Amino acid sequence: MADKVMIHVEQLRKDYGSGRYAVDGISFDVRAGEVLGFLGPNGAGKTTTMKILTSFLAPTSGRAEVAGHDVYSDSISVRSRIGYLPEDTPLYRDMTVLEYLEFVCDVRDVPKESRRGRLKRAVEQCGIGDRLGALIGELSKGFRQRVGLAQAIVHEPEVLILDEPTSGLDPNQIAEIRGVIKAIGQEKTVIFSTHILGEVQATCSRVIIISDGKLVADGTPADLARKSSGAESILLEIGGARGNDTDPLSLLRHIDGIEEVKALNTSGWSLSDRPRATQFRVIPKAGVDPRGDIARVIATAPGMDLLEMTPEKASLEDVFRKLTTTQGA
Amino acid sequence: MRNTMAIAKREFQSYINSPIPYILVTAYIATAGYMFFRQLFLVRQADMRHFFENMPLLFCLIVPFVTMRLVAEERREGTLELLLTMPVTDWELVIGKFLAALGLMAVLLLLTVAFPITVSFLGPLDKGTTVASYFGALLMSGAFVAIGIMASAFTRSQIVAALVAFFIGFGLFLLGALIGVLPPALAPVAAGLSIGSHFMNIARGVIDTRDVLYYLSIIVVCLLVAQTTLDSRRWR
Repeated sequence: MADKVMIHVEQLRKDYGSGRYAVDGISFDVRAGEVLGFLGPNGAGKTTTMKILTSFLAPTSGRAEVAGHDVYSDSISVRSRIGYLPEDTPLYRDMTVLEYLEFVCDVRDVPKESRRGRLKRAVEQCGIGDRLGALIGELSKGFRQRVGLAQAIVHEPEVLILDEPTSGLDPNQIAEIRGVIKAIGQEKTVIFSTHILGEVQATCSRVIIISDGKLVADGTPADLARKSSGAESILLEIGGARGNDTDPLSLLRHIDGIEEVKALNTSGWSLSDRPRATQFRVIPKAGVDPRGDIARVIATAPGMDLLEMTPEKASLEDVFRKLTTTQGA
Repeated sequence: MRNTMAIAKREFQSYINSPIPYILVTAYIATAGYMFFRQLFLVRQADMRHFFENMPLLFCLIVPFVTMRLVAEERREGTLELLLTMPVTDWELVIGKFLAALGLMAVLLLLTVAFPITVSFLGPLDKGTTVASYFGALLMSGAFVAIGIMASAFTRSQIVAALVAFFIGFGLFLLGALIGVLPPALAPVAAGLSIGSHFMNIARGVIDTRDVLYYLSIIVVCLLVAQTTLDSRRWR
């Protein structure tokens, strides 16, 4: 059960008629219970992919299945199994929150006997209990977003598809919505798009990055960070290097476990002052931790002090920028 | 079916909450009432003929305002996308909207029952003809509503939707006015296509299947075009 494939996407392509593929041959699977972050710069094809998954649009070629049903040929089965929150949360402004949720229950054919319970659950989960009588058009953006979420979960769908659920919210609201998504993700399969990286690290069990309609990365947030070529590096600051006879650069180069050393501030003062760098970025050989050696070498060198030694982890942000900018060039 | 009723109910509720139907109903009853009472006081004639004679043109003017927002507004607001990702077929959506607008027209017609009641106090009222006329009026409203929904499905602008619906409806109405000036060979064609002349046939008290079929085909064709327009987003 835990590894049942809930979303299956195969060589998906979508051409809006301009000859340029908005989505260009994407394939991926999402398993039950996964919270998938769908990442990419604006215009990368996230929204288009989601519109195809919700069977609002048809793919130009390729296939997509949700909960085992084809999004094109069996769209009603797909639609009754998903909850969807489109970008910009389009809701009927002239209805009250409760009227709207009841309308959704009607359209989604939520049986009368379980309706009260499900409504109550969705309302509690999204924290809109005290706004049920308010007109949707008069709600703040944050509350409208919550009503949108409640609408997407009230029929207890197997798969939840959320298009930028936190865009335009303030940090507190973002944290709240994230909490709701995380809670829902405990029992449901969730796929949500975003271009905020912190969000993915905070909520997702898996990340897919797309750029220019193509899939460029797929893995857990930690996986992706590790995979980036900017493997872990160490930042050093050494005191007393200026005016010293020995150049710390050559000392560092002699350490065994070090692949490469870069001086960060070579611009010296004058010749007599023996210009020396004081900050370095050290890239260790794979699988080696040279920090102990570095500390020992610098400490034994006369007149030099090790002021700072910080391991730098490649962040998801580095991966994202690397993967999504080289593509366009 | 449940979806259809849910959509119809929501749409009707939305009419009740908006000022447009109140303005339209008032405008219609004021205009029709003016014509009715002018006939009554100036010509001293208490009958329903004039009231029904003006109906095709007046409906041609007001129904586009009833139907203009039905699909266009949802398209512009993006709510159409959300609705169409729920288990609702395009047909159910179109029929639901049709029923809501037709329901509003039925309410409007119901409010005009005051006129035949007035007539019945003043003189003999031909009950059969009046009932037939109301039946015809409902059918004709259905045709205008279907035209309006089709126009509303074409665009995201309510104004464009209203104008398109008006021109199609007015074109079909004008065909009836042209009957007198057209060559004899074309006159029956114009009469056959005119949205008013079929109504006047029914209003005479004779319910002919041809007249009923005319309105039913307009309804079916226009709703089909509306449905196809909605579906076109999924064409490969």
